[in-house]
Amino acid sequence: MSRRPLVREVPPTSWFFRHPRYLRYMSREITSIFVGAYCVLLVVALQRLSEGPAAWAGFLQALRSADSIVFHLLALAAALYHAGTWFNATQKAMPLQIGEDFVPGNVISGAHYAAWAVLSIAVLFIAGVF
Amino acid sequence: MAKSHKPVVWFPFAAGGTVIAFCIPVIVLLTFLAALGHVPAGLSYEKLHAFGANGLGKLVLFGVVALSLWSSAHRLRCTCYDFGLRADTLVATVLYVAAIIGSIASAVFLLRI
Repeated sequence: MSRRPLVREVPPTSWFFRHPRYLRYMSREITSIFVGAYCVLLVVALQRLSEGPAAWAGFLQALRSADSIVFHLLALAAALYHAGTWFNATQKAMPLQIGEDFVPGNVISGAHYAAWAVLSIAVLFIAGVF
Repeated sequence: MAKSHKPVVWFPFAAGGTVIAFCIPVIVLLTFLAALGHVPAGLSYEKLHAFGANGLGKLVLFGVVALSLWSSAHRLRCTCYDFGLRADTLVATVLYVAAIIGSIASAVFLLRI
């Protein structure tokens, strides 16, 4: 009698179509591509800034193309999706216990959203957007 | 207790994830406004150069860029694996080296400001 262990084949490139939950996981994974590409843009921005006013003006001019606007929209959507899912996960990642009781998860995530809003508005204000 | 190198990778990843969540959306919004032709006053050469010339400003910019780079490299590594690219050692080496080079380059550019 030979032992026949159950080996479940998992297709390496299409496994995430098997369940909507996997698709949501992968949609979050994809945001890393746009955020990563944007980080490279930030390094380029620092390079241009270090090279003087003319290089910086050229960088700002180069941003003004249709491709750049599309990329920024994708990067903005990816960054917002990453931020929302990250803050939603905080209540699972760092549950907070006070005395006998756990602080409700919504309070932990909500505090992160509130801090995010305050920080973002402060940055926009300092940058002179309004 | 077994020693693991995982915390070394994980700490900047988690810190970077937090930095990306809090800081990157508003930074993307600022350069998006510039892309639309409405350059915010804070992105003028004088303002941004003054911010980068300040020691604290340098530290903030370096922290945001380096931690975001590292976190993105780690996430891209996982994304490659999940899409079926199973050469993990190669992918991890390429992405982490890229993140380290990007971080060093950022530090050099900031010190030149």
